[in-house]
Amino acid sequence: MSTVNSSRFDSAIGWSARPDAWLSRGIRFLFSALAVILFCGPLLVIFSGAFDHNPDPTKLSVIPENPSLINFQVAAENKIWRYLMNSLIIAGGALLLQLSVSVFAAYALARKKFRGQAIALLVILATMMLPEEVIAIPLSLVIGDLPLVHVSLKGTLLGVILPLGAWGFSIFVMTEFMKEIPNELEEAAKVDGAGELRLFAQIILPLCKPALGVIAVFGFNMIWEQYLLPLIVAADPSDYTLTVALLALRSDDMVGTGIVLAGALLALVPSLVVYLSLQKSFLRGITTGAIKG
Amino acid sequence: MTAVQSLGDTRDVGSTASGGGAVETHPVRRRRRRRLTGATFVPWLFLFPAALIFLVFKFIPMAEGIRLSLFEVRPFLGDIFVGFKNYATILQDEKFLTASWHTLVLAGGQTVGAMVIGFFLALLLEGHTKSLWFVRSAVFLPVVAATAVIGEIWRLFFYPAPEGFLNELISWVGLGPWEYIHSTDTSLVSVMFVGIWKHAPYDMVLILAGLAGIDRQQYEAAAIDGATTPQRIWNVTLPALRPVITILLTLAAIRGLRVFTEVYVLTGGGPAGSTDVWMTRVYTTAFEQSEAGLASAGSVLLFLVTLILTVSVQWYRRRREAR
Repeated sequence: MSTVNSSRFDSAIGWSARPDAWLSRGIRFLFSALAVILFCGPLLVIFSGAFDHNPDPTKLSVIPENPSLINFQVAAENKIWRYLMNSLIIAGGALLLQLSVSVFAAYALARKKFRGQAIALLVILATMMLPEEVIAIPLSLVIGDLPLVHVSLKGTLLGVILPLGAWGFSIFVMTEFMKEIPNELEEAAKVDGAGELRLFAQIILPLCKPALGVIAVFGFNMIWEQYLLPLIVAADPSDYTLTVALLALRSDDMVGTGIVLAGALLALVPSLVVYLSLQKSFLRGITTGAIKG
Repeated sequence: MTAVQSLGDTRDVGSTASGGGAVETHPVRRRRRRRLTGATFVPWLFLFPAALIFLVFKFIPMAEGIRLSLFEVRPFLGDIFVGFKNYATILQDEKFLTASWHTLVLAGGQTVGAMVIGFFLALLLEGHTKSLWFVRSAVFLPVVAATAVIGEIWRLFFYPAPEGFLNELISWVGLGPWEYIHSTDTSLVSVMFVGIWKHAPYDMVLILAGLAGIDRQQYEAAAIDGATTPQRIWNVTLPALRPVITILLTLAAIRGLRVFTEVYVLTGGGPAGSTDVWMTRVYTTAFEQSEAGLASAGSVLLFLVTLILTVSVQWYRRRREAR
């Protein structure tokens, strides 16, 4: 990437990479360390507090003072596993639905030409201009009484999963990606007599794995971040997701800081796992998304 | 993650609109007879799941929201049509006006703050070494952590007693003790601070991508001309980053208008309404005061403002590109 001569111009600041440039390296090390402490420190405190016997808000640290699992035991009595289960079922179900819906829709939009295509694209675009917060109140009514079938999804996990099942962003990412797949492959398969479904499942889909990674990690984040939706769908506190339950736990005077932090840790770990395992997809998604615009 | 979602919004506007237009010019007359035999039918079959979900959970609620905003909603008693009265009520409501002011301050402060911090982070962490990559990944973690989780930990840091965590820290430099989210004077700034902390690393990633696209020879040329580092950043780096910064600023500002979770988990709008924003007000109106009509009018107003902002930003960008 860099030749020795021009290394000083590899960054806007002009950080020197030469071993003898100890001042430049020292300053950079110091500030980098500061940045890590500032942005990761608070998350580490969640870890230590969750495993601390009795964390005191006045004595927070990154190492538990009296390591124990008592917080998780007490949290279990406060239905923490129930909340975690709710969260995981919603995340799994909604993500699976979202991925399949996106892949199907993208296949039509990217690989087919048909009447009304422009309208379909416009409609999907419109859904992205429609912030979820704005429709939250009428949505809670719709979920309580689905149009035509008149079924109430209030208090069910399905009530959270279904509205998250289609997301304009992942449809568009997938569509853009599928457009890049050369036509020849498809033509060849058609000559071989492959039907529509086989074409889709055996030719196009396997080629979309990189894009699937991107929309999976974005989709998971979007679903895990949901707050208002599970809050309004819940009929009583046992329907809460873990993130929503944190507030209820904290407001309960009988529940200590340690238990809340145990819950926060359980809500944090899945997002960390997904991010760290699909990090490349995530960063690629962000940057390609913005630069293209 | 709403940030990412709104980022997708504008990104796809150009490409999809033009792509769709091209398709529409196809000769349709001859195809009409075969419409149900596959060529048109199959694509719609693939689009059906998405269309159904969007219809039931996006468009019907939106229409329902607009309808409700014109009614006084009385559960079990029947709604009464009131025209635009709900809108008038909201626009004259003291609490909604304060909330809109808070929303603007919060959105503006968070957007600019996150951008500035993100910019400095990007300058600090630009480079290809393994250790820098590691630091960048670590710094990015607040973005992926759920807002509710972040709210809980910062509430602990904001412990208002002198021996609280943050107060302890700032006492080393002779400041404090402050009450943070527990005092009407500092609550809004404290919420803003947490927002900046969560969003700055996100801006960092985008600015880093922008930095990577700058021609290294420009730096070299500036150095030969005798420019100092600040001069180089001001005259070479910043102008080159302008497109990225413009996108980030507008998208973050639009997103900031609908802020809810941060405020709801940190303060719930308190103390004494000092952090009440538009969406927390709408939420309170709908679910605590059970005024669905009023709350819907509030939602529709927010939607209109967001829509006008988005469309005018798009229009402005198109016009600039066309030039």
